[in-house]
Amino acid sequence: MTEALIQVDNLKKYFPITGGVFSRTVGNVKAVDGVSFTIHKGESFGLVGESGCGKSTIGRTLLRLNDKTDGKVLFKGEDIHNLSKSKLRALRPKMQIVFQDPFSSLNPRVKVGEAIGEALLSHGIASKREVKERVMETLSKCGLASYHYNRYPHEFSGGQRQRIGIARALILNPEFIVADEPVSALDVSIQAQIINLLSDLQEERQLTYLFISHDLSVVEHICNRVGVMYLGSMVEMASKEELFGNPLHPYTKALMSAIPIPDPTLKRERIILHGDIPSPSNPPAGCKFHTRCPMATDLCKQKDPEYRDVGNQHFVACHHV
Amino acid sequence: MSLEVTSLESNTQVPAKPLKVESPWKIAYRRFTRNKLALFGLIIVILMFLICFFGPMFSPYNLYDYKLIDKNKPPSAAHWLGTDKLGRDVLLRTMLAGRISLTVGLVATAITVFVGATIGAIAGFYRGIVDTLLMRIADIFLALPGLPILIILGTVLSDLKVDPGNRIYFVMLIIGILNWVTLSRLVRGQILTLREQEFMLATEALGLNDRRKIFRHLLPNTVPIIIVSATLGVAGAILAESALSFLGIGVVPPTPSWGNMISAANNLIDFRKRPWLWIPPGMCILITVTAINLIGDGLRDALDPKMKK
Repeated sequence: MTEALIQVDNLKKYFPITGGVFSRTVGNVKAVDGVSFTIHKGESFGLVGESGCGKSTIGRTLLRLNDKTDGKVLFKGEDIHNLSKSKLRALRPKMQIVFQDPFSSLNPRVKVGEAIGEALLSHGIASKREVKERVMETLSKCGLASYHYNRYPHEFSGGQRQRIGIARALILNPEFIVADEPVSALDVSIQAQIINLLSDLQEERQLTYLFISHDLSVVEHICNRVGVMYLGSMVEMASKEELFGNPLHPYTKALMSAIPIPDPTLKRERIILHGDIPSPSNPPAGCKFHTRCPMATDLCKQKDPEYRDVGNQHFVACHHV
Repeated sequence: MSLEVTSLESNTQVPAKPLKVESPWKIAYRRFTRNKLALFGLIIVILMFLICFFGPMFSPYNLYDYKLIDKNKPPSAAHWLGTDKLGRDVLLRTMLAGRISLTVGLVATAITVFVGATIGAIAGFYRGIVDTLLMRIADIFLALPGLPILIILGTVLSDLKVDPGNRIYFVMLIIGILNWVTLSRLVRGQILTLREQEFMLATEALGLNDRRKIFRHLLPNTVPIIIVSATLGVAGAILAESALSFLGIGVVPPTPSWGNMISAANNLIDFRKRPWLWIPPGMCILITVTAINLIGDGLRDALDPKMKK
């Protein structure tokens, strides 16, 4: 468990805003602004936060589907943003992604069997006959049937399509999978099936996940460690037990208090955050959260809190902890 | 709070009863067959093909039957559409000319599609300098007036003394290559939107090679556009061939084509006194081109996903 598979060091990803006659860069959307974390082999690292806080951007930048602006992403000690195009292609099978939207992530004109198997062909991993065999095997592993091979994506339901997406990632035998909100487009009963499929596969193949979600109960179910993001920065990171048992950052506390508990008689204090998430193109000075924080003081408005270890591998960025 | 699932095993098969979802092609087929005008056009074109390719087998005459005794005869029981100035059967010549014209139309369009789609796909996929270069070349082609270029190239062919039998291949090539621009721009535009789709991000994550991305993922999604454009292109190519042949620089006699048959009748006496020489090929051009355009319009409506009817 201790061996690091992914190391992210001060990662930054800015998207330029262009304007004017000559499309000059007039600003940056700071989607990811200095995030560091490590994912160990065989663990599931959860990334939570509200919409637009940069979770998916991190996932994509980790796989170099986006270029980074600054910082480092090490996969087994190798900086993947410095690899040549051909070396990167050779590395692709080792790290895969499952997308959020099972409808737009499958090409409507490619048969399911081909969509799953083509990466093997393209990388020259298997011959045509072997590919078909392995696709069948993977289909059944992911809860699909062999007669689905010759069908087109539009013939499947959302949950089945997500299984196809998982099969497509899995057939390459990856070590690391970015699961980018893999269940948020599905209804709840199907969500459970997909999550259980993912955790079964993890057990079987020693997979490492980066599990991106905005659903805390899903993250609690599947992850070992969790990072909480706000406006492009990591505000708190700890093991699942530590984070859910002892949340320290006021933002994390607010998120926790928003988890629905299926007990109508239970009364509890809800922390309501007022206002909207500020624009990542013009984040507030000092602590980015101070505009909505119930505990904010003058210090928060001026000084960016240090992201520090408060013991027990529990990291938090807040002046009041 | 955790997700405990007892009734739904994760690996149980989601009941896979056949879903009643129509494939895009089926929807398009249904829409097309509902379009009476397009169906009519399709029937006409099929008939035209059957007549041109199989009709000559039933003709008692031969293309090279010169019977000067029978020259310039009006339509009769023996010669349904009369004879020309060398005593050849006009019906047979019209059918054989149809073979040539239809073949030129189809082959030229195939060349257009091949060149246009490939260039459009490459420009749209790679963008940047490749795109700029290819599209500026396209602009140059677009800025050149079509017919004058055709005439010049036709004259060059005559000057090079190309064998009349081989000439038809050059005509196909020239017409085909001169038309690639429109199609390549359409394909490029489509690919520019497609490449930003999430499934293309997925192909990048899978590490597929560029060839597979372009030919397996991007181009199949542009097929509707290509089909419509190609159908209309066939009509255009037939017209271009006729125009060239009429001017005497396309398909040249003795190989018959609708254009050069009209050209042969292009004098005052034939025009006023012997309408059977030029009305049949003229009508054939008119009917074929109109019918193909009807099919093209029908296909465009049928394949347009925004038309929900």
